[in-house]
Amino acid sequence: MQITSPQFKANARHALDDAPLQRALGHVRSGFITKRAVAAAALPEFDLLRDNARDIKDHVLAHLDLYLEAYAEKVEAAGGTVHWAETAEDARRIILDICRKRGARTVTKGKSMITEEIGLNAFLEEHSVAPVETDLGEYIIQLRGEHPSHIIAPAVHVNKDQVEADFRRVHTHLDPERNLEEPTTLLGEARAVLRDKYFQADIGITGANFLVAETGSSIIVTNEGNGDLTQILPKTHVVVASIEKIVPTLEDVSQILRVLARSATGQDMSVYTTVSTGPKRAGDPDGPEEYHVVLLDNGRSAMLGTEFQDMLRCIRCGACMNHCPVYHAVGGHAYGWVYPGPMGAVLTPSLIGVDKAGHLPNASTFCGRCESVCPMRIPLPKMMRHWREREFSRNLNPATARYGLALWAFFARRPALYQGVTRLAMGALGLIGRGRGRFSFLPLAGGWTRHRDLPAPQGGTFQAQWAKAKDTRSKSASGRASA
Amino acid sequence: MTATAQTGAQPNETAQAPKTAPRVGLFVTCLVDLFRPSVGFAAVKLMEDAGCLVEVPAAQTCCGQPAFNSGDRKDARAIAVQTIRAFEGYDYVVAPSGSCAGMLKKHYEELFDDDAPARERAAAFSAKVFELVSFLTDVLGVTGVDASFTGSVTYHDSCSGLRELGISRQPRKLLASVEGLELKEMRDPDVCCGFGGTFCVKYPDISNKIVEEKTKTIRESGAGLLLAGDLGCLMNMAGKLKREGSAIEVRHVAEVLAGMTDQPAIGEKRQG
Repeated sequence: MQITSPQFKANARHALDDAPLQRALGHVRSGFITKRAVAAAALPEFDLLRDNARDIKDHVLAHLDLYLEAYAEKVEAAGGTVHWAETAEDARRIILDICRKRGARTVTKGKSMITEEIGLNAFLEEHSVAPVETDLGEYIIQLRGEHPSHIIAPAVHVNKDQVEADFRRVHTHLDPERNLEEPTTLLGEARAVLRDKYFQADIGITGANFLVAETGSSIIVTNEGNGDLTQILPKTHVVVASIEKIVPTLEDVSQILRVLARSATGQDMSVYTTVSTGPKRAGDPDGPEEYHVVLLDNGRSAMLGTEFQDMLRCIRCGACMNHCPVYHAVGGHAYGWVYPGPMGAVLTPSLIGVDKAGHLPNASTFCGRCESVCPMRIPLPKMMRHWREREFSRNLNPATARYGLALWAFFARRPALYQGVTRLAMGALGLIGRGRGRFSFLPLAGGWTRHRDLPAPQGGTFQAQWAKAKDTRSKSASGRASA
Repeated sequence: MTATAQTGAQPNETAQAPKTAPRVGLFVTCLVDLFRPSVGFAAVKLMEDAGCLVEVPAAQTCCGQPAFNSGDRKDARAIAVQTIRAFEGYDYVVAPSGSCAGMLKKHYEELFDDDAPARERAAAFSAKVFELVSFLTDVLGVTGVDASFTGSVTYHDSCSGLRELGISRQPRKLLASVEGLELKEMRDPDVCCGFGGTFCVKYPDISNKIVEEKTKTIRESGAGLLLAGDLGCLMNMAGKLKREGSAIEVRHVAEVLAGMTDQPAIGEKRQG
């Protein structure tokens, strides 16, 4: 997909002016946050579970090679095939190859951010394979020719009226006079249309929330049941997952599951937790004949051992963006690639380069709310700061910011000079501003005064006033002593 | 709207036992130093009333956070060295800001990852650092102040103070002891105001959207005065409220706790 992260500022301005988008974002601000808070509060051991979840993933990341090998062996033992994809291009080729071998014309897809990351849909279409998204949100944005704006609620930027218009535009085989007022009628229509697709599909592609090393299983959690139909009905099931999805055991999965849905939607558990282990066995009533796993690296192994390793603990719950004031303001598309919000601000520079994604880790107030709700305790602000350090050391940040900072630091490192200069400057500024108490415009402060007034200084620095007051105090003290 | 006060829980301690009075170095913070010295004097008063001996080392400038958060570790580290040196010998280092105190307390150590002795010095320094209001309540055991203020206030939890230092109930506890003061909580007081240091000038449009949401909740609270513990956030919210033509006044929480509300509120002109 086209990367627009370098135009983050323009994207953001566009998003701020987009009234329907702003309406839709209001739902993120209210719904998700309250639901998560209630779910977390209802579970006394929630924070302990977060610690456990973090420790499980840290352990895996410290031994990732061993667990990947163990997992791959189990998949093969269960009759599946493992494909190792170092890059997005490799993964696309492997999947197209499977499609060609099976003569596939239509593939159904469960919700998968990894297939967004590798740009699978566009690639399959170019090669005459029709991908059909079966998650309702993904289906809606596929009809709209868009990309997800949220990792668990891909169509959160879309309003109901827009969905109705899209359905009328695309579902032309249905009665144009039909009533689509109620959200449930939209849901019913999508379900009916998708039902046929499941039976037509030659291949079902899903992502994975977990890959279990002890059993060779892949696990998806969904709320609509579309993932189950996607992976059970077609003759071939392809799992596309990145390498850090590994966990050692099913017991570990159950620990992390307890924080996943609570952090994401506030549910105790998602409606469906589906475990797949290899193809259909003799005697199984259903299941695919072939089972493939495409394991994608795409830059992740290069994060191991760096200050960004902790990011690989992420389980894609979306809590960080649900709680992010910047995400609330501009939505997911402004971030310009697959992963938005705080997790995207850390991950995207790792995957597409900080030269392209440099705005993302900068566009944060460091309010820390993301870290405070992250079920995996990922220090997101700290890692954004690490990206800023990389940018600073490579002179990637804007020249004005660099010079401004250098000038400020020059004075901040020289206290005597600093106090002399600030005394003069604040005295002058205080005099100019005292008439109104604030400035509506000030040269060089346009970034501030474009949208708000700048309160005027009281005039005279604290340090200067303190020195004077101290003088008076000691004089009066010595006066008292001599009296 | 004025308040008179002799504040503090242990007003006589200094006189009775001057030698045991804790020696506090006030880290005044650059914004208070430059824009609102009265907050510094309010901080001094609150601590002196609680029995502290307060000094202001002259060799302080800024905590280094602008450099640290801009990815400039070298300057951040040089400023940290300078600050640590300036505050050697004090029992406590106190700042009227959760953000600056958070920098001093939570981030100085990591600036010296490659230098074990310096890291230890930083850790010893950081252990002595406190934000003003939590210092009063959690360290000095102050349970109330003698100030009075007639009117309703709403309190914004600034992010660093709240999430790095756990400051939330402390200011509310002390405000509850201010005679005549009514606290009207805004919706989501713990949501960022959009200041974010350099963020607000690097991404002014996004910052504006965030502070617009904030001022909406402030107005909805019905309070006549907005308080917080960080001057950066306060200047941002005051600047927006004034641009919107709101009559809501804005002050640092220390001003009200110290009973020092004689100066014009933030962004207001001097009377007469």
